[in-house]
Order: sequence, then structure tokens, then C-alpha cells
Amino acid sequence: MLSDRIFGLVAVLVALAYIASATQVQTSFLSDPVGPKAFPMLVGAVAALCGLYMVIKPDADPQWPVGKTLLALFVCVVVLVAYAYALKPLGFLIPTAITAAILSYQISPRPTTAIITGIGLSIGLFVLFKYALGLGLFPFPKDWFANGA
Amino acid sequence: MEILNNLALGFSIALSPYTLMLAVAGCFIGTIIGALPGLGPSNGVAILIPITFTLGLDATSALVLMTSVYYGAMYGGRISSILLNIPGDEPALMTTLDGYPMAKQGKAGNALVLSGVASFVGAFLATIGLLLLAPILARVAYKFGPAEYFALYLLAFCTLGGMASNNQAKAALASCIGLAIAMIGLDNNSGLPRFTFGNLHLMDGIDFLVAIVGLFAIAEVFFFIEGKGKSSSIGVKLDKVSIPWREIFLSKWTMLRASLVGFIAGILPGAGASLGSFLAYMSEKSIAGKNGGFGTGVPKGVAAPESGNNAAAGGALVPMLTLGVPGSGTTAVLLALLMTLNITPGPTLFTDRPEVVWGLIASLLIANVVLLLMNVPMVKIFVRVLQVPAWVLLPGVTMISFVGIYSLSGSYFDLLLMVAFGALGYILRKLDIPTVPVILGILLGRHMEDALRRAMVLSDGDLTYLFSSPIAIGLWIAAVAGFIAPMFLRGLLARPQRVTD
Repeated sequence: MLSDRIFGLVAVLVALAYIASATQVQTSFLSDPVGPKAFPMLVGAVAALCGLYMVIKPDADPQWPVGKTLLALFVCVVVLVAYAYALKPLGFLIPTAITAAILSYQISPRPTTAIITGIGLSIGLFVLFKYALGLGLFPFPKDWFANGA
Repeated sequence: MEILNNLALGFSIALSPYTLMLAVAGCFIGTIIGALPGLGPSNGVAILIPITFTLGLDATSALVLMTSVYYGAMYGGRISSILLNIPGDEPALMTTLDGYPMAKQGKAGNALVLSGVASFVGAFLATIGLLLLAPILARVAYKFGPAEYFALYLLAFCTLGGMASNNQAKAALASCIGLAIAMIGLDNNSGLPRFTFGNLHLMDGIDFLVAIVGLFAIAEVFFFIEGKGKSSSIGVKLDKVSIPWREIFLSKWTMLRASLVGFIAGILPGAGASLGSFLAYMSEKSIAGKNGGFGTGVPKGVAAPESGNNAAAGGALVPMLTLGVPGSGTTAVLLALLMTLNITPGPTLFTDRPEVVWGLIASLLIANVVLLLMNVPMVKIFVRVLQVPAWVLLPGVTMISFVGIYSLSGSYFDLLLMVAFGALGYILRKLDIPTVPVILGILLGRHMEDALRRAMVLSDGDLTYLFSSPIAIGLWIAAVAGFIAPMFLRGLLARPQRVTD
């Protein structure tokens, strides 16, 4: 009950904010009868109504993860965000090995297997992407070898 | 005769060694994707699109490759249903009902071969149906103006929402989320930014591929972590594989009927393969009656849903190619592929780019034969794929998703968005809010708004123009009915529970 109510409320607030920001959209002098504001405002209004319905008539609550599982999911999101930032400056191999190992550990908590999985996936996928599919990936940070030369 | 000429054109493209190789490779990869628990046609095809795009294949080749993967994944879904009692994808759910009991009786090999043949019959007949029906529908679609298109998009959202969810408000909210996201970026008409909040990354809008991979693939990873890979349970052993001629022969009518039911379900916008296999199974169950033994492991119970879901997969291509409106999650992903390749589906596709359409149809026919040949003798290889542990598979899927999206734009921003969409997808699915309408909204939002605005330009702001033609009125009525009818049919359409040991 509560989950749907909270989500519905959030949806209503976001929808109202969306409508408010739609009113701020600049219009050019050469506009069509509808203009760039009407459709987004319509979508926002329908979304707000749906959110309101969820607040008034919520469904039964799903089972949310608690304790360790919640922590695992949280770790997973953090690691993926870090991976997104690291991929460009640090090259493919090292961030991929670390991220894959952590994800693997979250699914099956055996450190050795996780590390082997991480390293194996990192090297295997690099070979696949770089040499079989020809994608432009850098294995290591660019300046590691550029400076030495 | 025209059709034969067109087909000849198609085969002249599809039978080139290179295209043929792509079709075989696609079928192989697709079957593996379908067989892996947790990876189905939609997320499997989704993570492969960015990579295909970066490979720089031309439109026809890319389309042949990805549709082979799509058909392959529909075939592969049955393997884990039968052996592990875990549907590899949602449409394969019905196959567990009789497939798993049959495997427990020691007839796993028979069930696999029979379901392979049933898949072939369904997919083959559906491809024939596609090739007969699509040109006719394309001719009708020529009469569509902006008002009709607006109503058609609305119909797609309404029926998809009506079918996909147990709660109409949630489905509609999901569509709105997608539509709202589609508005971000430069306005098509005025060229001025909307909802970018000054962020340069948002100027071009949000790439639908980022959203699709996030909502489908990354969200799936979160679900696996929550379940700790529990679903990789021990299944039934497969001993020897022989061809059960008698069972195949006995279920011939079942396959034909199920294919027809599945094909029709596939054409309906928003219904898709899950409904196809469901309706096919239920109708065969009622034809067989109480003595039919459906649910206890009868061959017909394996043949019906497999023919149904593969026929629906073919049927779903009809509205997608002729109208540009996808009928299911996977066809939405295929639409994304077409849009990435700069092909606009719709009636003009049939006249402007006949080589794409007919090359695609011809390669579907070829892929189907390849899949049948591949799936009967090689089924043991695919069974081995099931033994890939989740702690290797899921990190692998994540990394492939990241590399795919990263290679599109080379920007960390898209990767962050993808993770955000993954988290959103997890929360939405937890709350029983369907994610397919979100995708559809992102894909069609701009088109829908353009249709509305063009209609209003034509009529000088007169709203009644939207209901001015019989086709438009028919579509509006269908849209309202498609949204409301499932509320009353819900009791009737209740899904049977999975067999538990």
C-alpha cells in the first residue's frame, strides 16, 4: 500500500514540476497552432492523474529487499556509477576486471572465483571486442605508454 | 505474381554468402541468448544493437543479423523452460506447463525436438502470413494522415498498457514517463531546447538505446543480485535425442491452429508473443478437454505454446514494418534498431526500400530453416549453455551493455543514464509498473507529437479534425476499447500458475 502511495505522490510532484517547466519553454515567433508546450503539458497532466490514482487506490506492497540484499544492490549501483566514470580515463582492462569481480561476488560470495571471473571476463571481452569486432577500445590508461616513448 | 517477384528480389539479397553467414551467426547467438535464463529476446537484442551499429554493417545486413537473433531467441527460450522449469523469456512461460513434466518423465529429448518443430511451423507460417498481409496493410497505411497516425499511436499505448499490466493507471503512467522523456532535447519545429535545464548532454535528447539497455539489461542484473542467482536451479538431465515422428505427426493440427491464433495475437498492437502462446495453449487445452491431460506433460501441450509464440513473433512484425508501431517489447527494440539505421518503418518503406523489406522477409525464411536444422541435432550444445553460472553470465551481460553504449557516443554521461534507467527499471518492475510502455513512449513520443502538431496545422487548430475520417474514428474506438476491455476480461485471462515440484 505504502509503496504505491509514495511512488504515486512522487509521480504527481514530478509531473507538476514537468508541467511547470513546460510553461517555461521558449516559443519562436514562427509557431504552429499547438506549439512546443501543449503536448508535454498534456503528458504531464495524464501522468499526474495516474499518480493520483495510485495514491488513492494503491496495490499491495511488493517485497522490498532488506539488510544484506539491499546493501548488495546499493554496492552494485555505486560500482556501476564508478565504472561509468572510470572507463574512459583508466582504459578497459582494469576497471572492467574490478567491476566484474565485484558484481560476481555479489551474486556468489566466493572471493577467489569472483577475482578469476573478473580477470577472465575483462581479458576475454577485450579480445572479443577489440580483435573480433574491431571496436576502438583502449586497454590501459593512454598516458602509461605515451610518456615512456 | 508480384509477391513472387518481390520474393525473388529478397532472396537475391539474402542468399549472398555474406548475408547467409550473418543469418547463421545470428541464429546461433540468438538461440544461446534465448536459452540463457534471464536473457530473453528483448534484452538480448537490446544489448546487441549498439555493437551492431558500431560494427558499421549496412542496413540490410544489420537487419538480417538482428532479426535472426530475434527469431533464434524465440526458439531458444524453450530450452530452459523444458529442462529447468525456468522460462528463458516471458513468452516461454507456457511451455514450462507441459514441457517440464514431460522432461521429468524422461522424455526431455522428445520435448525439445517436438518444440523445435512446433517453433518452426509457427514461425514459418507467420512469415508467410507476414509476406501476404504486410503489402496489403501497407497499401491501407498510405491513406493515413497525421490525424490517423496520432490515433494509431494512442491505440498502441492503450492496448499495450491494457494488456501488459494489471493496473491501467500504472500502465498509463509508464507510457507518460516514456513520452515525457522523449520530449527532452531540441524541439523538432522551433529548434529550441526543451527540458534540458542547460545541460549540453541533454540537447540531443536521450538516446533510446541507452534507455532500452538500462531498463531491460541492467535492471535484470539488479533482479539477479536480489535473487542471488537462486533461479539457476538443477534441472532435468538430457540423455539421448531422437526424433519423435509419431508425436510430431499427432500434433500437426495443434501446431496449425496454434500458429493461426498466435499470428493474430501478434498482429494486435501491444499483445505480442506472450499473449500468443497463452491463447494458443488455452484454446488447445479446451479443444483437448479434460481427458487431454494438459499440464501433465503431453506433447500437444508443448507444441501449442511454442507454435503460438513463434507465430506471434512473426505477426508482431506486421504492424511494426507497415505502420511503424511495434506490437511487443521485442519489436519495440527492433523498431529502435531500424531508427538507429535511419530506416523509417511505414508504408513508404515498401515502395522506397523494397530491398530492405523483402531481403528481411527472405532472410526470415532462411533463418527459420537454419534454426530448425541447428536446433534438432545441436540441441545438446545449447543445453550446455544453460550450465553457464549466473556469477559469470550477469557480470558479462553488464560489461557488454557498458561497452555497447560506450562505443555509441564515448561519453560517460550515457553510461550514467543507463545505470539510472537500470535503477528506474528495477523500481518500476518491483511496483508492477510495466517497462515496455516506457520504451514505446521514448521511441514514439516525437512522432506522436509531430502527428498532433501537423494535424493541427492542417486544420488550423480545429480539434475535431482528429476524428474527421472513418479510419481515425475506428482507431479511437479501438484505443478506448483496448484500454478498458482488459479490466473486465482480467478474470477470464488469469494466467495459470507455474508447475512447482
